[in-house]
Amino acid sequence: MNILLWAILPYATVLTFVLGTVWRYRYDKFGWTTRSSQLYESAVLRWGSPMFHFGVLLVLLGHIGGLAVPKSWTQAAGISEHAYHLTAVFLGTVAGVFTVVGLGILIARRRLVGPVFTATTRNDKAMYVVLAGTLLLGLFATVRANALGDGYDYRETVSPWLRSVFYLQPKTELMTGVPIGFKLHVLAALALFAFWPFTRLVHAFSAPVGYLTRPYVVYRSRDTRPGARRTGRGWDGPPTASNRGRR
Amino acid sequence: MGDYYEPWTYEYEHLLTAPAGEHTPVARPTSLLTGKDTKITWSANWDDSLAGGNELAAADPILAKVSGAVKLEYEKAFMFFLPRICEHCLNPSCAASCPSGAIYKRAEDGIVLVDQDRCRGWRMCVTGCPYKKIYFNHRTGKAEKCTFCFPRVEIGLPTVCSETCVGRLRYIGLLLYDADAVAQAAATRSETDLYAAQRSVFLDPHDPRVVAAARRTGIPEDWIEGAQRSPVWDLIMRYEVALPLHPEYRTMPMVWYIPPLSPVVDALRDTGHDGEDMGNLFGAVDALRIPVEYLAELFSAGDPAPVTAVLQRLAAMRAYQRRVNLGEERDESIAEAVGMTGQQMDAMYRLLAIAKYDERYVIPAAHAEIAHGLEELATECSLDYEGGPGMGGSGPFGEVSGRPVPLAVENFQVLAERQRSDNLPDPTTRGRVNLLNWDGRGRPEGLFPERKDKS
Ligand code: SF4
Repeated sequence: MNILLWAILPYATVLTFVLGTVWRYRYDKFGWTTRSSQLYESAVLRWGSPMFHFGVLLVLLGHIGGLAVPKSWTQAAGISEHAYHLTAVFLGTVAGVFTVVGLGILIARRRLVGPVFTATTRNDKAMYVVLAGTLLLGLFATVRANALGDGYDYRETVSPWLRSVFYLQPKTELMTGVPIGFKLHVLAALALFAFWPFTRLVHAFSAPVGYLTRPYVVYRSRDTRPGARRTGRGWDGPPTASNRGRR
Repeated sequence: MGDYYEPWTYEYEHLLTAPAGEHTPVARPTSLLTGKDTKITWSANWDDSLAGGNELAAADPILAKVSGAVKLEYEKAFMFFLPRICEHCLNPSCAASCPSGAIYKRAEDGIVLVDQDRCRGWRMCVTGCPYKKIYFNHRTGKAEKCTFCFPRVEIGLPTVCSETCVGRLRYIGLLLYDADAVAQAAATRSETDLYAAQRSVFLDPHDPRVVAAARRTGIPEDWIEGAQRSPVWDLIMRYEVALPLHPEYRTMPMVWYIPPLSPVVDALRDTGHDGEDMGNLFGAVDALRIPVEYLAELFSAGDPAPVTAVLQRLAAMRAYQRRVNLGEERDESIAEAVGMTGQQMDAMYRLLAIAKYDERYVIPAAHAEIAHGLEELATECSLDYEGGPGMGGSGPFGEVSGRPVPLAVENFQVLAERQRSDNLPDPTTRGRVNLLNWDGRGRPEGLFPERKDKS
């Protein structure tokens, strides 16, 4: 059971994540978009979207700091466990609250604003469940650990385990003693990453890096051999009353 | 979304499925966004035939600029349509604002296109285009725009909007221009100089130096000839009657307009003047029902001089041709008054009034072979030597005519399917070719029966 959860599953996730992204990039570039709903409603979006996105970026940075950097490094830099814990909890709470509130606003908007709701696919709904679940479980685990006692030092267990996964020598025994809240959070995160390439979340990889270096106006030559490639997915025609919302 | 309109459909199904009853069933409008019943209050082109009507005219930014007197005039004006398509700008701001680099200008023909595979739905182009010619498809989450009917243009056909225009008022032709000079011209400081600046970018296709340079860069002969016969060149550069729409946007728009000579002749006649006498016409240009100032805001960044010049030319053409029509002597002085010759007057009249299909649309077909040679050297098949498998025979995946398609991950499936499909000509079925698999190029072996005498 341990091996299945903490060794096989993570690798399966990494594999689906990487291969899924490559596959999506090769075969469904047409579907690679945020499918923005700004057109339907922008007043609420203007608040919810930045809150969630900046919050989640902070959360990401925090996770990198907490998971990738070994405890010995921060201690060598002269940061005591207590100081580290304080900053982590403080920054984490700020980022976490922003993220969760932002996501709450966005989900409520999605449900309550008519056009936005009809433009929501089943895939989106599943994605929201996994995403919100991961976030809430993470928040819940942290709050519980801090409320019950001195907090839980995941840098002794979860972090080394995750690093060991990337060293290709998974130390599954590290995970056995971890509180159930953290375990669930990790599992939900794995599910999220496995699902990632198949949802609109792929837009996270679309940073306009090339924009910095490219000329303002792109010139391109005609495609020389139309038909040599199988035509990919395209627009499936104008909506009608009966196919509206069906995807 | 409210700024545009809520797309809707009608409950047509109800017409068919409604049970027999006392009342005739009706198809009620349903919103395509929410799926609920809706009331239609606004849509695209809602008030167009009333020139924007009361609701839109109040928001007209040009009217806000021109003086009150002009405004009064304008309110008396008859309607005039301003059909707009994407301008396929020389300096497209839509492309410049795209974070993904999905919008590009085609090097061969200047058509501005959105690569649907690269578009990531940033929506910057929607606000980036000052002409509001990019649309966000909220079903696919991608930007879309006018494609200038590129598949038609590539084979030498005019765009559908031009071909179907009942007034035959659209002209399409080639213009050679200096791509390196565009950015500088667009940066011309004074807005009113932009019209001249854009004209300075165009290259005279009759200039032997330009022709030589074009040949050097590999522009095919029929394109050079097309540029020389271009009606667009004549309208913009020779007769100087076409003006760019809102040059002050600095995108160097490439759909140019001939400003309308509103029903000036009738107006003059009603006041007891000879409506087609040149002197009267010239005077009337300043008192047109569509104020010149208004047109100038549209076509020359507010400078009335170019617009007046165009209207005077059109008026002069009218006066000149009337004499011709009435069998009077041609009056060269009319032509000279607007800086033209009688011959040019005739030619312009011909182009504007009676030009036939092949004069209004001068579109040489695209050349697939140069594009290939220029751009895709790397994909030239290395097996494409005399007698090799690339020579019209079979590529790695069987029956191929013409140049074999290089194998790549993307077309692997297609080629493999082609090979595995039924009716491949194998030695026992010589003489049979599956035409469905034939891409139309070259002559696959077995298309015709073998020659008896091998000479
Ligand atoms: S009119 Fe707008 S969409 Fe068309 S090329 Fe110019 S900037 Fe781009």
